[in-house]
Amino acid sequence: MSHGQEAGPAPRARLSPRKRQRIARSAQYAIFAAAVLFIALSADWKAVVENFADLEVAKQAFPELITIALKNTVIYTLSAYVVGFVLGLVVALARLSSIAVYRGFALAYIEVFRGLPALVVFLIFGFGLPVAFPGMKFPFDQYGTVAVALGLVASAYMAETFRAGIQAVPRGQTEAARSLGMSHTRAMVSIVIPQALRIVIPPLTNELILLFKDSSLVFVLGVTSLTTELSKFGGDLATEYADSTPLVLAGAAYLVITLPLGYVVRRLEAKQQKAR
Amino acid sequence: MSAVQILGLHKSFGDLEVLRGIDATVESGEVVCVIGPSGSGKSTLLRCVNLLEQPNSGRIVVNGVEITDPDCDINAARRRVGMVFQQFNLFQHLTVLDNLTIAQRKVLKRDKADAERTAMENLEKVGVADKARAYPATLSGGQQQRVAIARALSMGPEVMLFDEPTSALDPELVGEVLGVMRTLATEGMTMLVVTHEMQFAREVADKVLFMDGGVVVEQGPPSRVIAAPQHERTKTFLARVLDPINRSE
Repeated sequence: MSHGQEAGPAPRARLSPRKRQRIARSAQYAIFAAAVLFIALSADWKAVVENFADLEVAKQAFPELITIALKNTVIYTLSAYVVGFVLGLVVALARLSSIAVYRGFALAYIEVFRGLPALVVFLIFGFGLPVAFPGMKFPFDQYGTVAVALGLVASAYMAETFRAGIQAVPRGQTEAARSLGMSHTRAMVSIVIPQALRIVIPPLTNELILLFKDSSLVFVLGVTSLTTELSKFGGDLATEYADSTPLVLAGAAYLVITLPLGYVVRRLEAKQQKAR
Repeated sequence: MSAVQILGLHKSFGDLEVLRGIDATVESGEVVCVIGPSGSGKSTLLRCVNLLEQPNSGRIVVNGVEITDPDCDINAARRRVGMVFQQFNLFQHLTVLDNLTIAQRKVLKRDKADAERTAMENLEKVGVADKARAYPATLSGGQQQRVAIARALSMGPEVMLFDEPTSALDPELVGEVLGVMRTLATEGMTMLVVTHEMQFAREVADKVLFMDGGVVVEQGPPSRVIAAPQHERTKTFLARVLDPINRSE
């Protein structure tokens, strides 16, 4: 609270602080109510319902929305997550290596893939690599390309998370392991990494949520009606019927997955807080 | 043959010279207590004996094997030297039993039944066998430190190092840990103990080393070093430790 001259002389404070607080709060409620009312009155509800919740259009989206689009989104995301997890762990260990070359390589890798937009990585994978290495093909066609491209982007973030987790394991744990005759590698594998993984489960789950959304970038590689995913599927149908209802459905499908994951993250974080 | 022989040991951290030429021996079956003010290099000395710190110069010989020899297998050397830490350092993600068996199985390649038998014997010995299935975080500090002692013993060490094993404990839990250490001593375990517990040093130690400023100022039986110190620095330190309220200056 300022006590400068411009704040006015003391006798002006006729309202008690608590009273002033109550008035301020009422004003905030009033502003919120006014905003809601304004939007509700100025919107054309009939057009809104037709454009965003047209049942006839919605019917056209099923069952492909689930059997193809959602399924592919899940496949793209999980395969990229596995690639990112393994690569991320390897890069994190390289980043903490005692060999300078590994450290340098890991640092460059992280900085590059964290600094590039995922879209650019996808474009390079989709159009750059096939030109540079003619005849090169990823296994499982589209699925393989996506797993590697999205996995690389994810691995850079995950590497930093793993590194933080490994460094959060107290030094005494390694010392105790070494004092029992374990080699550096054995101490890492049996003692440090298992504890680091527990620490990084919440941030890694967050990364999974981000990946679900990033998997929508697959469209730049060009997808068929069989390899399409949620965003592309919703977008195509929306264009076809000139109606946004499929996009709403696609959005809802994302939320069906990401909201529970977000809940899990909050639970895990609360649990770790308590354990401390 | 001495169990541990330390010859002309020097250790620096950057510009800070922590150990400035230490000579000491621990005979087989002997209990040696290292005392001295904080920052005197006691813990560093202990950590050099199982190479958690790499000495800059000097030699350390454990039961005839020179562990400071560059060709020496560090992991093999450490297996023969058990270490107990101030902060216990139990593996938080493993049960008490797994804390005791993991190194036996991965390092000594003992089979599961064998490792568990050894583990249970040692937990029995330190009086926490009933906690075998518990996780370390659920134990009291005294219990954790006793588990840590049992973990080190399970590797069958020739020498046990204790780095201020009771300094992180609530006062009422100190006794149970010192009790275990005293039992070990009477069983003939060779022990090198950094401690502030003067009564333990007086009653259990065969030899006391007083360190200050990175050198051993005085050493001998506790009846001499603690009860009748010769050096001024030893006298000042003991006066402060034994009567902290009146000699706090």
